[in-house]
Amino acid sequence: MLNRWWSTLLFVLVIGALMAPAGFAQAPIKVGVIQPLSGAVAASGNYVRMGAEIARDWINARGGVGGRKIELVIEDNKSDPKEAASAAEKLIVRDKVPAIMGAWGSSMTLAAMPKLEEYGVPMVVETSSAASITKRGNPWIFRISPPSEMEALGLEQYVDKLGVKRADFLAVNTDWGRGAVGAFGDMLKKKGATVGTAEFMDQAATDMNAQITKIKGGNGDTLFLTTAVEQITLVLKQSQEQRLTRKIITTGGSSSPTQLIKQAGAAAEGTYHIVFFMPWFPEAMPDGKLAKAFVDEWAKRGHPFEGLTEGFRGHDGVATIAEAVKIAGKDEAKAIQEALWKVSFTGVNGPIKFEKDGPAGKESGQSKPSIFVVQIKDGRVALPDFLTKK
Amino acid sequence: MDALLQHLVNGLVLGGTYALLGIGLTLIFGLMNLVNFAHGEFYTLGAYATFAALTLGGLNFFAAIAAAIVVGAAAGALCERVLLRPLRDESIDTTMLVMIGLWIALQNGELLAWGGVAKSIPHPFPTAPLTLGPVGIAPLRLFVVAAALALIVAAWLLIQRTRLGCAMRATFQDRETAALMGVKIGRIHTATFAFGSALAAAAGALLGPIFLAYPSMGDLASLKAFSVVILGGLGNLAGATLGGLVLGIAEELGAGYVSSGYRDAVGFVIIILVLLLRPSGLFARTERIG
Repeated sequence: MLNRWWSTLLFVLVIGALMAPAGFAQAPIKVGVIQPLSGAVAASGNYVRMGAEIARDWINARGGVGGRKIELVIEDNKSDPKEAASAAEKLIVRDKVPAIMGAWGSSMTLAAMPKLEEYGVPMVVETSSAASITKRGNPWIFRISPPSEMEALGLEQYVDKLGVKRADFLAVNTDWGRGAVGAFGDMLKKKGATVGTAEFMDQAATDMNAQITKIKGGNGDTLFLTTAVEQITLVLKQSQEQRLTRKIITTGGSSSPTQLIKQAGAAAEGTYHIVFFMPWFPEAMPDGKLAKAFVDEWAKRGHPFEGLTEGFRGHDGVATIAEAVKIAGKDEAKAIQEALWKVSFTGVNGPIKFEKDGPAGKESGQSKPSIFVVQIKDGRVALPDFLTKK
Repeated sequence: MDALLQHLVNGLVLGGTYALLGIGLTLIFGLMNLVNFAHGEFYTLGAYATFAALTLGGLNFFAAIAAAIVVGAAAGALCERVLLRPLRDESIDTTMLVMIGLWIALQNGELLAWGGVAKSIPHPFPTAPLTLGPVGIAPLRLFVVAAALALIVAAWLLIQRTRLGCAMRATFQDRETAALMGVKIGRIHTATFAFGSALAAAAGALLGPIFLAYPSMGDLASLKAFSVVILGGLGNLAGATLGGLVLGIAEELGAGYVSSGYRDAVGFVIIILVLLLRPSGLFARTERIG
């Protein structure tokens, strides 16, 4: 038994030696990536990975950063917060990455955060929305996705046009979902709308009839829905089965309207979606040329179109880290952390620049991403009427 | 009141699906004394087989479900012959570990084969609900509950009324004696596992179109199936059926009237109470020890 173990180890070492780069002078810059590549939200995590790979290939094709190539070390957090923490530890201790991008879900990011502080390695947060992430006083966190509060503020200007008078909530029972219910509820109350019931569902739950029946019993006009695309599909289908007549608005940017049209069909008709990338009309993005190039490259690689609304996050996250390494001039964790404060460039989503957030002296970085609202009309993704009819 | 009726209907429909998940597991668990952690993977297999038969094979909806059941039975038989037969005299722990391994391998195999993106299984039923007064139910769900009940009755008849069922019961009561009476023990083991797996695949084929097919869908199904088996008592088909209904209604009412955030907790509180107060299941007859 032991013998076999040793021979396996030897084999791995030999293969490793053969595959190692020729010289250490040109050793690649390692960037850790933690994403849910399996489990309940695997689809989203894999799209982020694909976007990250595009950023890597583009940067490397331009000659890398300071003549050195970017190498992604990708870890699967299995849609599980516990795994996210061990993935962070593995990347830092074993792979010795100087910076990480991750970890999709808020609960996963929150679970990985203590490891960043313990070892002193910065992480660019590409998706998570829970406010607490940048409020905990973890100076190694730099977030390019909007927290729910920011998203709610982005929607505020449209509340009257959408005609939201009385809103109910249905959200995934995680830090993200609970955070969104609080943030959007506060914003709506400020705008004079009434907030009705808030219902929650387990991340893996498939039958939401109980929640829908309860919401149907109230007299709201709008349902705010916060979860990943798989569960949104199920809620839309089950709402249709129960004839729930509500304006539905999804938050969090993980709704992938194209996938909803494919999988929920007529049940998705008329729904509104907050998104952070509009691959249907890339020219309307802050950097139209970059957005168009990203959409084209995505198609060229044969990735599914519906993944673009997640995929851009991976691109922007890796591009942010590469930019920081360029400013720092070296791939050391502390230097990258300091350089991240100086980063200022335009990603697929729009301008990325960090401002201080959280308790004084231990602030996290928070960028101010662009936020858009789209609607599914006649089986296609379109700008809502109130935006087109000026 | 209207909402209560709707919640009860939802709970019955959900409970019917839980019952279908539970009976396959309770058969394997109770008769073969095998903790089948891979049960949920046969459920997933059933959903993907239906999807493949519909989209790649071009079969119609009902033929696709039948095909999925056949695939589930075949996969179960194969698994018994290859993995479980060599371990027949090993302890329950050994086979449990093997089944955990099979669970992980199958789930990752599905991820590799189909990718992580959920698949929507098309079905020919209208989406508009059938309404009866204040209560609405989707036609597809009605079909699923009817099919589940038919499968449960068929399973019960097979075990109680056929020679094969008689041989199954005899084998798992006393293997040596059954063998002496001319029962082919190996075949009975294979048949039982194939049958239990076919029921799981049937559940996947029926529920896949209501929900979505994705690689980790079996985890939740396994969890619910084990809950139902605990509620109903090991090897007790009627118990599993009633246990499924109890669990479905409890979750639905818990979500509707307590808090939807604690929906699953309601189910587990009931299981803890059952384990404390009636450890051999809610519907066990007088206990026989030894």
